[in-house]
Amino acid sequence: MFNGASNFSHDVDSLFLFTLIVSVFFLVLITGLMIYFVIKYNRKRNPKATNFHGSTKLEITWTLIPTILVLIMFWWGWKGYSKMSDIPENAMTIDVTAQMWSWSFKYANGKVSDSLYVPVDKPIVLNLQSMDVVHAFYIPAFRIKKDVFPKQNRVVWFEADEIGDYDIACAEYCGLNHSYMYNKIKVVSEDDFSNWLYGSFDTETTK
Amino acid sequence: MNETITVPTNGKHPSYLEYKGKYKGFLGWVLSTDHKRIGILYLVSILSFFLVGATFGFLLRLELIAPGRTIMDPQTYNSFFTLHGVIMVFLFVIPAIPAIFGNFFLPILIGARDVSFPRLNLLSWYLYIIGGLLAIISIIAPGGAADTGWTFYIPYSVRTGTNVIYALFAAFVLGFSSILTGINFVTTVHRLRAPGMTWFKTPLSVWSIYSTAWVQVLVTPIIGITLLLVVIERTFSVGLFDPALGGDPVLFQHLFWIYSHPAVYIMILPAMGIVSEIIPVFARRTIFGYKFIALSSVAIAFFGSLVWAHHMFTAGMSNTGQFIFSLLTMIVSIPSAIKVFNWTATLYKGSIELAPPLLYVLAFIFQFAIGGLTGVMLGILSIDIMVHDTSFVVAHFHYVMFGGTGFGIFAALHYWLPKMFGRMYNIKVAKSTFWLVFVGFNLLYFPMFIMGWLGMPRRYYDYLPEFHIYHLLSTIGSWILILGILIMFTNFIVALIRGKKITEKNIWGGETLEWTIDTPPIHENFLEIPTVHEAPYEYKQNETDIRQFQEVK
Ligand SMILES: [Cu+2]
Repeated sequence: MFNGASNFSHDVDSLFLFTLIVSVFFLVLITGLMIYFVIKYNRKRNPKATNFHGSTKLEITWTLIPTILVLIMFWWGWKGYSKMSDIPENAMTIDVTAQMWSWSFKYANGKVSDSLYVPVDKPIVLNLQSMDVVHAFYIPAFRIKKDVFPKQNRVVWFEADEIGDYDIACAEYCGLNHSYMYNKIKVVSEDDFSNWLYGSFDTETTK
Repeated sequence: MNETITVPTNGKHPSYLEYKGKYKGFLGWVLSTDHKRIGILYLVSILSFFLVGATFGFLLRLELIAPGRTIMDPQTYNSFFTLHGVIMVFLFVIPAIPAIFGNFFLPILIGARDVSFPRLNLLSWYLYIIGGLLAIISIIAPGGAADTGWTFYIPYSVRTGTNVIYALFAAFVLGFSSILTGINFVTTVHRLRAPGMTWFKTPLSVWSIYSTAWVQVLVTPIIGITLLLVVIERTFSVGLFDPALGGDPVLFQHLFWIYSHPAVYIMILPAMGIVSEIIPVFARRTIFGYKFIALSSVAIAFFGSLVWAHHMFTAGMSNTGQFIFSLLTMIVSIPSAIKVFNWTATLYKGSIELAPPLLYVLAFIFQFAIGGLTGVMLGILSIDIMVHDTSFVVAHFHYVMFGGTGFGIFAALHYWLPKMFGRMYNIKVAKSTFWLVFVGFNLLYFPMFIMGWLGMPRRYYDYLPEFHIYHLLSTIGSWILILGILIMFTNFIVALIRGKKITEKNIWGGETLEWTIDTPPIHENFLEIPTVHEAPYEYKQNETDIRQFQEVK
């Protein structure tokens, strides 16, 4: 369930787990009560009902408690999002181009690749641009997503935590082969990264 | 309204089904301004479109049963999910409850003989049909069915060569139908409530349809204008939304969601009204927290109109925008939670009969709770970034729109069809069918939450092998669901043809006005307009000996 691999993953996953626990609690509470009432106060067992018009105390309770809970969730989510939107200055910048239906990545030294190579534990900033329609740059394992527009710039950043290969998907519907718009992100050690970046320019065509 | 009621020789007043107006036969239906006949016209047309939309959904699920191509190519798939969305949203979920049950029962529930503007009401139905025909033309006309998704995002919808214009125009015309119905209902509720029916003596389904009608009137023009602007942009190459012409595609998204998010509440509020109507009847007791349920509808309608941009958290808004829209989204969940708690509390110490309408209502509460709680998750900024545009969202809105509104419609059909036609369906069949529909629904949509969290994007024709098991389960669920729905509809149709005739006025023991008139109702509903003394759902018989338990407001 939690297989995140970026600096954001842990926070997003913990918050998700928290909301999941709260949600399951309320769902079980409501469903449990419904089933209990339906059995206990079945017409056969309880032919005569009792009227309750309401209770202000209860109304206040079940307004206040959920309000406090959602405000906690909101604040936590806002904090997490602020981190995502706070682009670091010392980061390495890579230009990402989306096009029906693939991604390409251009490095500062002019190298172009169709897999996104990044060094582990280093902040990476991606400049996103589309050549045609709206796409969305999505790395599920990193918990990041950003829509990519033509003629407008969008930025997303992350720091990969673990060496390995992960999927980059397009999350905004973009036509015929939308579901095939997958590329790879390859998180490698710093040494491997500089070897790759300054190595031969034309060998990197595998996805 | 001024026609006199024909009294047949036996002294009994003819039902609206037998009533002879100016026109006979088919024309007597399609030219009738009787709100009940118009309600039936909507019933037939809306449920037909539902079956068409469901067929598309069924085929989509079949395609997704295994990775790679199964039964259709990606272009067909893309058109099918667009049509599924357009039909289900604009031709089924938005109009269903207000147009079918609102038309048929709203005037009766408030003790009126018809809506305020009967002719306008008929015009709304014709606009609905024209919109539906345009949608069909967009499917069969040369150029190919629209493949943009029901959201018509620009610039893709400008670039595709398919019949987007027809689909846009269909949505435009349907918008007018919706606006006119809204105006009609707002006026009707204000002007035609029976003497003595103050606001807080009005049935809760009237409150929710009334709140909905305001949203319809206020926000639908925005989608109309937006779609018109798209047509202008496409036809005259004026740069509004298309970046190639110097326009801003994000502006389109804002305008689209300024309507389409409140539209979500247009879809769910009336179903909440149905739930509030049905629970007290089958629990045989007064509703818990009447005022809180009534006013929470108004709160939902109000706050629900201010949260549209939570569909755009990944589009790149300012941080202030993200902050405000996320906060408001969290707030709008509260009135919905209040409703759920009050409904549950209404079962407490009731005398509960687990009849088919109540079964669907309980499933509504369960599924709406799941839809609502996952909606809260989606409103949280950092979580939304992860699950936005994945099948998590697809599961969420199907839990609300289908598990909520759809099940609300099924509940209403089981609750009111006998009243509308004077014939009873097979209750045993209805109860066992419920379990098929319930299990099928949850098996169909629950796996989508899991795979969405795991990173399965939505609107995908194909998928990675790791998602196969969830897609497979989901497709199996769709078969069970479709089977259940087909049996349910067959049960209804058999009932209409040769079901047990009923003339009893009050088959379920309800305390709202529709249960005081003939089954099926006579033309113009009431011989004499009733005077209302009590709030609805009082169930006074409970209070003869147990008054001390009450905490009356
Ligand atoms: Cu794309």
